[in-house]
Amino acid sequence: MNTYYLYSILATAAIFTMLALSLNIITGYAGQAMMGIAAFFGIGAYTAAIITTNGGNFFLALAAGMLVSGAFGAVLGVISLRLQADFLAITTIGINFVMEALFNRMKITGGTLGLTISKPVIFGVKMGNKQFFFLAVIFIVILCLLLVKMRKSWFGMALASINNDSAAARSFGINVNKYQILAFTIGTAMAGLAGGIYAHRMGFISASDFAFVVSIQVVSMVVIGGLGTIRGPIFGALLITSLPEILRFAKDYRELVYGLLLVLMVRFMPQGLIGDDSPLWNALTGLWRKVFPKKKTRADLIVESVKGGEQA
Amino acid sequence: MFLQQLINALTIGSLYALTAMGATLIYGILGILDIANAGAYLVGAYVGWYIYYATGSIVLGFLGSILLVGLLGIFLQRTIYSPILAKPRTLSIIPLVAAVGLFTISSDAVRLICGPNSKTYDLKFPMEIIQVGKVTIQPAWLLIFALTAVLLAILWFILNKTKLGLAWRATAGDREIALICGVNTNNAMALSYILGYGFAAAAGIMTGILYNNITPALGEVPSYKMLAIIVLGGLGNPLGTVIAGLIIGIAEVFLSVYTKIPIPKDAIAFVVLIIMLLVKPEGIMGRRNKV
Repeated sequence: MNTYYLYSILATAAIFTMLALSLNIITGYAGQAMMGIAAFFGIGAYTAAIITTNGGNFFLALAAGMLVSGAFGAVLGVISLRLQADFLAITTIGINFVMEALFNRMKITGGTLGLTISKPVIFGVKMGNKQFFFLAVIFIVILCLLLVKMRKSWFGMALASINNDSAAARSFGINVNKYQILAFTIGTAMAGLAGGIYAHRMGFISASDFAFVVSIQVVSMVVIGGLGTIRGPIFGALLITSLPEILRFAKDYRELVYGLLLVLMVRFMPQGLIGDDSPLWNALTGLWRKVFPKKKTRADLIVESVKGGEQA
Repeated sequence: MFLQQLINALTIGSLYALTAMGATLIYGILGILDIANAGAYLVGAYVGWYIYYATGSIVLGFLGSILLVGLLGIFLQRTIYSPILAKPRTLSIIPLVAAVGLFTISSDAVRLICGPNSKTYDLKFPMEIIQVGKVTIQPAWLLIFALTAVLLAILWFILNKTKLGLAWRATAGDREIALICGVNTNNAMALSYILGYGFAAAAGIMTGILYNNITPALGEVPSYKMLAIIVLGGLGNPLGTVIAGLIIGIAEVFLSVYTKIPIPKDAIAFVVLIIMLLVKPEGIMGRRNKV
């Protein structure tokens, strides 16, 4: 495998990792059924592409893609307040189809011909797969650091409470509406950013790049990896984007294996391969604890004695 | 012209109603958005085609396909859906992902087993095209109207006049309470699946006859369009689904004939749906959930 090919797979994997993480904010943390992330991926991609093809700066275009996508996401967030889980899932599927149709029909998005985007030149370097990969990795690292911080913040805990029971969260005085809209805004803005990178990396985009199938793919990544964790979506994105390469020998059966994998996963391991409480993750953390036993603190001893007392 | 379009619209609409009925019945009991129902629609069309070509009888094709696909439905319910739902606190997205997986498997299995090329029914009707003034009526349309009416009548009878139907309605109302009252909710779920998948199979064969063309991609458009229809109908409400199917059929035909909206035919269902959800979030016939 030559390095050019390797970087092209890595760049795709990194972009999908961003998408999976952004979907995870909405579905994993806030617990909202979002089945149309590709629509926002597309809004970001087209916004950024239109700006750079009209002579705009690359980074400005990325920011604009993020903002526009996030603005649409905020509107969806407001709508989501009115809709319960399954209605929301179908509405987002619908939004995906309508957006794809609009990308395909509107003049500004190039219609069925799509848009051709020239690769940006940054500090005298023409951006290729390698550069886009590292750019995406930088964003992923920043995003992960923010996510770790977010989970321990008031915002993260509020989202967790909405996910658990939004009526109960409301009764505790948590502003459910505000946080839910915020989760949609942040998640879709991230998807828009990923879209901007995707458009410039591919050099050509058309409506089918943002079809419902893509949304399903991202959902699968998050579910297979493990909803509501940071490691899960990253792992899922890497696995699903490399799956076509792994399954190269079974070229004709690829879709079949993919479908089978999805069904078996949700049937036997709905918490994801390495999600919290999944057998694999428990085994891994157990092994870790065995190799590096934690020093017992006073609090741990108390917990143990209480647990021992319960069992006795 | 108008009358002709109206007949067109009603034909397509009743086909939609039939296609979405399976998913409605399943949603009514299990609360699953069963995209895999479009897989049943596809498999049903192919099974019907094979039986028709083996025996030369379309009636056998319908009956055999409905039965076989219905049994497949029960099998999937027992092995896949019920165990997933039995786990505590399942996110609504999880069964949906399972359904997407099953749908992918069914499309690809059909492609691998039956080949990627299209097949034709070439059904010979024992009657000519009917011409009344400027309006033409194809015999296939009459077949669709008649079969839709018959199947809906059977459904109405089963749901309203039999003990199993009573169990179904009780389970749809509140599964736990029904269980406490001694209703066999397992049977009600099995009924949902055999009827749901059977209806989808019948709709698949009828689509195959109407367009005289079946391909492994047959299920793609219905897979999402029927979701729009069952939501419009109020999620799990059979009567609402019939009305919603007709509304979508009429909207598609008339909007694409008389207006120049920049949206393709297959996306119209979702435009109607999104507008309606914003105005009346519980669906046409839905009850508002009191919190």
